[in-house]
Amino acid sequence: MRLLSRIHVERRTTPPAWVVVSVSVGAIIAALLVAGIFFRAYGISPLRAYGDILRGAFGSRLGITETIRRAIPLLLIGVGLTVAFRALFWNIGAEGQLLVGAVAASGIALFSGLPGALLLPAMFIGGFLAGAAWGIIPAALKSKLGINDVITTLMMNYIAIYIVEWLIHGPWKGPTMRGFAYTDPFPAAAVLSTVGDTRIHWPTLVIGIAAAIIAYVLVKRTRAGFEIRVVGENPHAAKYSGISHVKVTLLAMAFSGGMAGMAGVGEVAGIHHMLLGPANVTGGYGYTAIIVAWLARRNPLAVIVTAFLFAVLLRGGDVIKVSLGLPFQLVNVFNGLILFFLIGSDILMRYRISFDRKERRAA
Amino acid sequence: MNWESWVIATFSRTLAYGTPLLLATLGEIYAERSGVLNLGVEGMMVIGAFAGFAVAHSTGNPWLGVLIASVVGGIFSLIHAFASITLRANQVVSGLALTMLGLGLSGVLGRRFEGWPLLHPLEEVTVPGLSRIPVLGPILFDGQNVLVYIAIALAIVLWYVLYRTRIGVSIRAVGEDPATADSLGVNVARIRYLCVFVGGVLAGMAGGYLSIAYRPSWTDGMTAGMGWIVIALTIFAFWNPLLGLVGAYFFAALFHLSFRLQAWVAPEILKAMPYALAILVLIAVSRGTLQKRMGAPSALTLPYRRGEE
Repeated sequence: MRLLSRIHVERRTTPPAWVVVSVSVGAIIAALLVAGIFFRAYGISPLRAYGDILRGAFGSRLGITETIRRAIPLLLIGVGLTVAFRALFWNIGAEGQLLVGAVAASGIALFSGLPGALLLPAMFIGGFLAGAAWGIIPAALKSKLGINDVITTLMMNYIAIYIVEWLIHGPWKGPTMRGFAYTDPFPAAAVLSTVGDTRIHWPTLVIGIAAAIIAYVLVKRTRAGFEIRVVGENPHAAKYSGISHVKVTLLAMAFSGGMAGMAGVGEVAGIHHMLLGPANVTGGYGYTAIIVAWLARRNPLAVIVTAFLFAVLLRGGDVIKVSLGLPFQLVNVFNGLILFFLIGSDILMRYRISFDRKERRAA
Repeated sequence: MNWESWVIATFSRTLAYGTPLLLATLGEIYAERSGVLNLGVEGMMVIGAFAGFAVAHSTGNPWLGVLIASVVGGIFSLIHAFASITLRANQVVSGLALTMLGLGLSGVLGRRFEGWPLLHPLEEVTVPGLSRIPVLGPILFDGQNVLVYIAIALAIVLWYVLYRTRIGVSIRAVGEDPATADSLGVNVARIRYLCVFVGGVLAGMAGGYLSIAYRPSWTDGMTAGMGWIVIALTIFAFWNPLLGLVGAYFFAALFHLSFRLQAWVAPEILKAMPYALAILVLIAVSRGTLQKRMGAPSALTLPYRRGEE
């Protein structure tokens, strides 16, 4: 009893940075340990598995460049999601916003007839606008009619999936693709340039890093960012100080959807050079980026780090498939475990546990 | 093909495909009615499908497979229950994590079962006498699976429990206004755990039906997004088990017709309908009294802790 009386649990609103970082790192380590038990049960040495993942991601030039190119869409989407999450908007729809961005870019690349130099800029703008539109619809439904954002963004993912399926099986099916469900390949002027012979489509990477910095400045230093923060942190205060909830939600989601749309542009113009099956275009980035933004604690700059971290895991999935004969689905085990430990560890940040060294005199 | 056999084949397949949708939707209705949104349906279904197939394949006993599928689905759902009820973590994120974990675990563990046929799947039954009724007989009573009837019976029982029994009142109270329910002596956490568990059991059973009866085999990710249709269906059914019954078959018919009508309608349009309809339903009931009577449970996604609003 004496011992227990010395432990204090208090609520806290803003945990210090070192707590946030160490709790997050702790959660990831815990998740990797549990995944290690899973490896062991499967008859694979966890050390070997993690060694393979690290070697695969950093051990060669190919590994490093493939990790970076996997980080690009996670970075773009993740930055957008931090802004949406800050406005307390649950955007689970990045997957669909990415797809409509890819559709817009493909349409412009294949059918616009624009001169070569204008093609790529038009594709990025078109992709941003399409993703933004796909994001604004659920934002309007939430702020005007109070309709649950989780459900609408989720449902719109599937509508986008079937739009892509319909296009590649129907009107946009490439006549030169011998019956496969792809569009025709993009003209050369619609293909993003890469770093050397790698698959790093650097213009998209530059956009991602610039967006992270701009979003950070916007959120921390400008009136719009302040309004987003107030709406997210204290909706009542926002109401009384005359901040328009509708405007803030629409703006945040236009940005979030637009960023995901540009990630879609990067995937089709930088990697595939055509529009193909929705699962191949998104690669699950829209969902993985939710963990990326969550782990970054809604800080756009931190997304640069967390996007890279999850790119390592995705690359690890590619490598382990070959070296250990494990299916790529393994990545989902990591993702799920990390996410559980992250939200579980939030409780450590919401509360402050202190321990008195000396017994209190008064007690 | 003549008209009659076309109708019979279409509706008979609709019934078969609607069954896993119905089972999982009934479970999600219970979870959401108690105030817990579980986006892990896809994960619980797929882990159930895997576990069920593994057991049925190894023991040769399909019913044991269905049982294990349900138990595994139930146990799996407790992760979400613990995170969202005990730790009061974010339900959206926890549910997504459950789906990822389910897809990942079943994909890795199921590797060695891929491509094996199931020698003893759940048997199909033909009800003597009733199957002779013209049109309806062959649809309802010829070569359907027992689980088809179990699912229909469950829809009726679960509707009765929700609207006509004490525990049903408690479930709805906990989902609408947990603080008041708590002050009246209802154990909020216990009810929510129970409902999430029921959701897991039924989603697991739905998965088991897929891998042991509907398509007796295991393939990675074989639920193919069905869990998300279930999320849409729960809304479409206004969180009511009997409407869930209607909705499950309606969505199943859309899915099945997307193949049969391919020559006339792009299949993607029919396949996208469930998701579009869910949004339209939410728009339709977003105002005033309709929202109160037919909308989502008021406390959905809100963790509860005594003394906190």
